Amino acid sequence: MSRIVSAGLLGFDVPPYRLSGVVYGALLNHAPQLAALGDALNQPPYKAAPREPVLAVKPRNTLAVSGDAVLVPAGADALEIGASLGIVIGRTACRLAAASALEYVAGYTIVNDISMPQPEHQPAHYRPAVRFKARDGFCPIGPRVVPAQQVVDPDALAVEVRVDGQLVQRSSTGQRVRGVAQLLADVTAFMTLQPGDLLMLGVAADAPRARAGQAVAISIEGLGTLHNRLRAEAQVQGAAA
Amino acid sequence: MRTARVAHAGAIHTAYPHELDGKPALRLANGRIVAEGAVVWLPPFEVGTIIALGLNYADHVKELAKELTVTAKDEPLVFLKGPGALVGHRGQTWRPRDASFMHYECELAVVIGKTASKVKREHAMQHVAGYTVCNDYAVRDYLENWYRPNLRVKNRDGATALGPWFVDAADVPNPHALGLRTFVNGERVQQGNTVDMVNDIPALIEYLSEFMTLQAGDVILTGTPDGVVNVKAGDEVVCEIDGIGRLHNTLVDDADFGI
Repeated sequence: MSRIVSAGLLGFDVPPYRLSGVVYGALLNHAPQLAALGDALNQPPYKAAPREPVLAVKPRNTLAVSGDAVLVPAGADALEIGASLGIVIGRTACRLAAASALEYVAGYTIVNDISMPQPEHQPAHYRPAVRFKARDGFCPIGPRVVPAQQVVDPDALAVEVRVDGQLVQRSSTGQRVRGVAQLLADVTAFMTLQPGDLLMLGVAADAPRARAGQAVAISIEGLGTLHNRLRAEAQVQGAAA
Repeated sequence: MRTARVAHAGAIHTAYPHELDGKPALRLANGRIVAEGAVVWLPPFEVGTIIALGLNYADHVKELAKELTVTAKDEPLVFLKGPGALVGHRGQTWRPRDASFMHYECELAVVIGKTASKVKREHAMQHVAGYTVCNDYAVRDYLENWYRPNLRVKNRDGATALGPWFVDAADVPNPHALGLRTFVNGERVQQGNTVDMVNDIPALIEYLSEFMTLQAGDVILTGTPDGVVNVKAGDEVVCEIDGIGRLHNTLVDDADFGI
């Protein structure tokens, strides 16, 4: 069981009151990010633009909260900071219609969908990038879940990423291939989401990078700020010895 | 020792194999003896992270080679699944009517028993609690070349069957010498042996635990040999692994879900 669930972290004041620990994320859901791939969309190995939502699982070993250190593996110069809106499910969601999908949302939070940069000689989006995205602690969530009633338009929230206090990315939750409601409809067409499950809307183009020692702060309008500091992996092991 | 998790008389129970009037039955932890047909079989352990391997049998790689766009394989093809994908023994799985090719995959499921972080292969088997049988369905029509195999193919509700038994590792002296077979409506359609895994169990645990801490209850689905054919609604699919168990599943149609 993840610490988020077992320690009751990130509880909130509307049903289901806590996260389940199940986290899915949409990838390539920012229209400019997809457009930036240009001709590569139709070239091997992809051969065509994605038809359905592109999705990934963040397993329980990745889950972390605001304030947790994120370990930068030996051999990685920096990590990609993936600022995403986190959609927390409030009611069992199976084959939703887009028109009513938002009624199934309990609230929203901030997720940092961290990736280790992939080697440039291999296509970045062809295989599930588990070794790059599912490392321990690579999915900080928080600082809290804000009830959906307090979020007027989840598809138009300003997003800012700061590294050591300096603004390195300014985007929004808009311009998505699928906005929150359509994403929920298309995902629940084949996989039911349960109360407390979390679905990431997906990051914006040009994810910034941060290095060991740097402090990362992701702010989403109305949701607060998620703080995490990066540390070199060897440094922590040394400290523990 | 082998155990199942079953629902009976309004509660979930651990159950053990038993014989009743010469027929297989179950002995519940509370002492009751019940017929196999009197219970609902659940996945036989509390499942954590579900880690699956693609292309982990050489013959299956060859079988799919004509549709693979990248053939160079420098590390295991790993993908993850969520808990909604699971279904127990004698469960039912939705077979979408619009798909032309949906197939079973008989796989040895390796259950982690002890936290594993940066474990070398020579110590890897100490972290294995036991085994069960998995039938990990795929709907090939839905394949796209983005993070392939994508979740619409491999993470569908109830399309990953586990069971019937969790078998202690101590009772499986060599997990790399087990015959696997799949039967559709009684006809054998798939056959292989775990000796032919490209990455064996210690290699997988070493590879995975280098970057992700494996915890008790996490399960590694170790891939399937060749011999995958289309199945239809109404078909009964049985996946069998020597010494581990026979896992039954039935395919059901869109109409059963009001679609």
